[in-house]
Amino acid sequence: MSKLSRRQLITAGVVTAAGAGGLAVAAKIAGRYGLVPPDSGGIYGPGETLTYAAQRLLTRHSMAREFPRGQISAEPLMNEVAPLGEDFQRLQKAGFADWRLGVDGMVARPGSFSLSELQSFPRRSHITMIQCEEGWSYIAEWTGVPLWHVLELAGASPQATHVVYRSIQPDWWESMDMADALHPQTLLAHEMNGGELPVGFGGPLRMRVTRQLGYKSLKYVTSLTVTNNIKQFGKGLGSSEPEGGYSWYAGI
Amino acid sequence: MAQTARLRHSVLVRVTHWLTTIAFVALLVTGLELVVSHPRFYWGETGNVNTEPLFKIPIPSSRHLVPTGYGYMLPDQNGWSRYLHFQSAWLLVLTGLVYVGLGLSRGHFRRELFPTRSDLSATRLMSSIAEHLRFRRPSAEEAWSYNVLQRLAYLVVLFVGFPLIIWTGLAMSPSFVSAVPAAVNVLGGQQSARTLHFFLTGALVLFLLVHVFMIFLAGFWSRLRAMITGRAIELAENGRTGAREERA
Repeated sequence: MSKLSRRQLITAGVVTAAGAGGLAVAAKIAGRYGLVPPDSGGIYGPGETLTYAAQRLLTRHSMAREFPRGQISAEPLMNEVAPLGEDFQRLQKAGFADWRLGVDGMVARPGSFSLSELQSFPRRSHITMIQCEEGWSYIAEWTGVPLWHVLELAGASPQATHVVYRSIQPDWWESMDMADALHPQTLLAHEMNGGELPVGFGGPLRMRVTRQLGYKSLKYVTSLTVTNNIKQFGKGLGSSEPEGGYSWYAGI
Repeated sequence: MAQTARLRHSVLVRVTHWLTTIAFVALLVTGLELVVSHPRFYWGETGNVNTEPLFKIPIPSSRHLVPTGYGYMLPDQNGWSRYLHFQSAWLLVLTGLVYVGLGLSRGHFRRELFPTRSDLSATRLMSSIAEHLRFRRPSAEEAWSYNVLQRLAYLVVLFVGFPLIIWTGLAMSPSFVSAVPAAVNVLGGQQSARTLHFFLTGALVLFLLVHVFMIFLAGFWSRLRAMITGRAIELAENGRTGAREERA
């Protein structure tokens, strides 16, 4: 083995220091521009952060592919859902007339919207693919009120960084950054394929996030919280998925 | 012993070789785990248990949504498998960029991998194929360069296999294809991309098996040592080769 010369040692030291400093600066810049996901800790943090940062630089405003009507799946798959509790069944018996969506957090006008109010708001439809993390998929037409419209009505703060959304199923909650929350395709969907959204597919109200895997399209949505401190929810990982071992950002 | 050590493999080749090995093994193991959650493959944009598959892998599944004919389920490990799959993909891509970038600037490909014009003549190719088919153990001098079939195989894996498997992987990403829809459209759809990704895995695993087999044929410990320390067996003056070859 050749001995390391003083010059080589100094060079190696300078390179190492520059590398460490560069990483620290990169992490700081990434944090400021919202390029670090809430589940960035742990051994898979580097990969998750690279993926999320790269996607946010590349796809902040991109649109999920929309398909012609002829490509709507004849047999969409109704995924299994955990048994729906008494609260849900009571609301279902009344035809979901009393279903409400609560909105709070960093909004000028906290409150709630009834399902019929949401249905009366301007609607958007898109024919898009939903992909399960398991590998299967289908294409359907989704109709609903764009989330940005609801956020605008509630007077969401421009300082907000995330929107937390919760299911009537206990322990199921999600969040997304503002790039997805204000994205024109992100809907509070109440119709599917031109009819009422079936319960099996998340009816009466499902969050439809087009550029991420199916688990971000949370079923049975009952409340939204607008925030600039996503770490304060749950275990601080951004949603219930990372608590169960799955990544928060599901755009891959 | 003031012998100047000739290196068979540069630091660049050795470090990127083993980082790629780590990434590949992690991608393979986690990829197979992900397949277990839906061991059915489709062609086109969409597919699920209500649609006719292109083919099924006759194994049990980790999810009871999938009718497999088995009365039991395999453990579901998709959470960490997904995290590790994508982290390993980053390791593979970044390692590949360093290898290709530095390799080009240092003439690694020209020197080690691009076959010469005479290598590519029909007679030379045929004789190389014939030698391989006889499973002939390569001579000591051959430890210092790659033969023409080896060069072609490595080039195909590096510049066809890896780019295609990365492309088909990205074509499954709902966010990536929102920015680059052509990446999935030209493959015939998202499920086609998944199926192609699976076949490409098979092709790379086949390469790996042949690669490891050839290393055994050539002398496992000497080739392994060359890829770790950079040193190949020296042809010593006394005519003995690989004095340190005997295993402890």
